[in-house]
This record gives sequence, C-alpha cells and structure tokens, in this order.
Amino acid sequence: MDPRVKAVAAPKVLEQSFLEARSKLLDIAAILDRITRGDAADVVHQDVKISRIIEALKILQGSSAHKAEQIQKLFSLPYDANWEIPTPRY
Amino acid sequence: MQYIDPHIHMISRVTDDYHRMAQCGCVAISEPAFWAGFDRGSAEGFRDYFHHLVEVEPKRAALFGIRHFSWLCINAKEAENVSLSRDVIAMIPEFLQRPNVLGIGEIGLNKNTKNEATIFQEHMDLAAKTDELILIHTPHLEDKYKGTRMIVDMLKNDTRVKPHRVCIDHVEEHTVKLALDNGFWCGMTLYPTTKCTPARAVDIIEMVGTEKIMANSAGDWGKSDPLAVPELILEMRRRGHPETAIQKVVFENPLEFFRQSARWQEPFALLNFSK
Repeated sequence: MDPRVKAVAAPKVLEQSFLEARSKLLDIAAILDRITRGDAADVVHQDVKISRIIEALKILQGSSAHKAEQIQKLFSLPYDANWEIPTPRY
Repeated sequence: MQYIDPHIHMISRVTDDYHRMAQCGCVAISEPAFWAGFDRGSAEGFRDYFHHLVEVEPKRAALFGIRHFSWLCINAKEAENVSLSRDVIAMIPEFLQRPNVLGIGEIGLNKNTKNEATIFQEHMDLAAKTDELILIHTPHLEDKYKGTRMIVDMLKNDTRVKPHRVCIDHVEEHTVKLALDNGFWCGMTLYPTTKCTPARAVDIIEMVGTEKIMANSAGDWGKSDPLAVPELILEMRRRGHPETAIQKVVFENPLEFFRQSARWQEPFALLNFSK
C-alpha cells in the first residue's frame, strides 16, 4: 500500500460527492420508470437483467466497504476452475 | 506533467488528437494490435495493419514529439478463427524486431472460448521464443471476471512466463487483485460505460497502492477519450494526492514496464529521467 494515496476523509468525500450520487440515483430511478412506462413492461420485468439491477440496489444498502467489487461480481458470469487449460508447447 | 498513455489505438484517431495529447503532456504511447471493427478476410490484411503500426503511426506521433510504440498479435475476437490466427502468428516474427515493437499484445480472451484460449497459448509460445513482453486484454463486462481467472490460469500453467514481464489490462474492482497478487503488472482503462471512470480508477489506486499499476485511455473508434489519462491526473490532484504518486502511476510505472523490452528506446523528452 502506498501511504501517499490514502483515501480522502469521509465527511469531505460525502460533501464533494453528494450531488453526484443524488444525480446518478435519479438516473437509475428514471431508467426504471421508463421501463415501467414502456409497452410490454410485464415481459421485461421477468428479464434477469431487471433482477440483477434490483440485487445491485440491495448491495448498496449493505455496510460492505467493497460495494463496487460486489456489484461487479453480481454482473459476472461464473468461473469454472476445472476448465481445460491448453498445453504450452515447450 | 509528462505522462505516457500505455494503451491507445491511434490508427482510429485523428491527427488533432496527437496534438491535444502533446499539449496535455503526453510524451509516449503504446498501441496494441486490436480488432478493427470488422473481421479481416485474410492474414494479408494484418500485414498491412502491422506495417501501419510499425511505420506510419510512429511518424505521425513524431510530428508532435510523442514516441510511438506498438504490440503485435491477432486480437482475441478474431482469434476465434484458429486457421487465420495461426497464419497471422506465423507472420509476426517478420515485424517483431522493428525498433518500436515492445512485445506481443494485446492477446487475451473475448468470449472465453476454447479457440480463444488455444490462440492465447500459441501467442505465449511465440513470446517465449524470444522472451517478449506480453500485454493482455481481459474481456468486457460479464465475461471479465471469468476470463481474467482463465487468463491467470494459463499464465501460471506456463513455466516460461515471468510475471514481471506481463501486463494484464482493463482490470477493474473485481480483477485488479487477481493480477497484482500473482505478480503481474496491471492497467486500468478509462473508458465510458464499459470500463473504469477516472474516479473509480483513483479509488482502486487508493485501495491497492501505486505499485505495478498504470492507467490508459484505450482510445479507439468507439466513444472514448484520448485525454482520459489527464482526467485521472486531475482527479488525483482534486483528492490531494501528491505529484510524486501521480507521476508514478502515469509515467514511471509504464516506463519501468516498457524498459524491460529489448527494443526499448528512451524517448527524447525522457532523457533526463533517472533510471
């Protein structure tokens, strides 16, 4: 870890980022509203992408300090450790 | 502040971008071979592309005092065509000893298929012959975590691979430690919507430190920003991070990685920088 690049004090981050966070939350809310207003909304609401978004919003409510990483993994395909690794040609 | 953009596809950018990058302090770039936006019909199409990378772009960059370096390969997307890929890999040694070529890249995975993995390994076989530096593309979006794990599996399975001579690119919050904890260099790509924002990249730096990590724009024919690295510089300054730490990420780290290439040439503007 590089002590020169420690995180900014939490109150300052909140002060600097509050309006940005508010704006992005409104964007998400508006996207969900747009989906609800559109034709065939009932079909779209069965789409796994919607449930992923809802799951991501639940992550935001938690106390983890790694929410971005958790959301990245939520939107990731599973990894199979037993996949067939190609053989190097020495 | 002088900076290096270690991953940008200038073939798809206008000359004005070179001008603006130079105005913002860019002194060197490296351009990995990538997908042109369409699948090429033959290996000869790659011959012309490699010629462009080793001959044309260095001259265009030099007009603005920027040193241009490149990486050669067939990209992961076209690697699905194994026959074409093998023809291209067979051609690469014709260009590999050109003075601005840093190594093999950006090889990697796209949709994490068996064919892509086969060609990834065959690129590593080529790189091993002359101990080339390797630059690795990791997949986009939902494929990234799985693909990065598979790439690390292949790298660790090949005993010829020296982690300090490999850079795993396009890392994000969920993959950065896969690269660093295994001894590889890593790159964060500042790209709209599908990759990192400058703010998230600085968050990652605050969490993992400044060792073996760099930042790039990956500017290409998509909506992207060739001045993304200066945006990262501004974000680090806005948070009060010292100039020495910023310089390490945007200048010293790519320089240290590139200097391992046998063909590395010290850019004119960097001559006074201590080794």
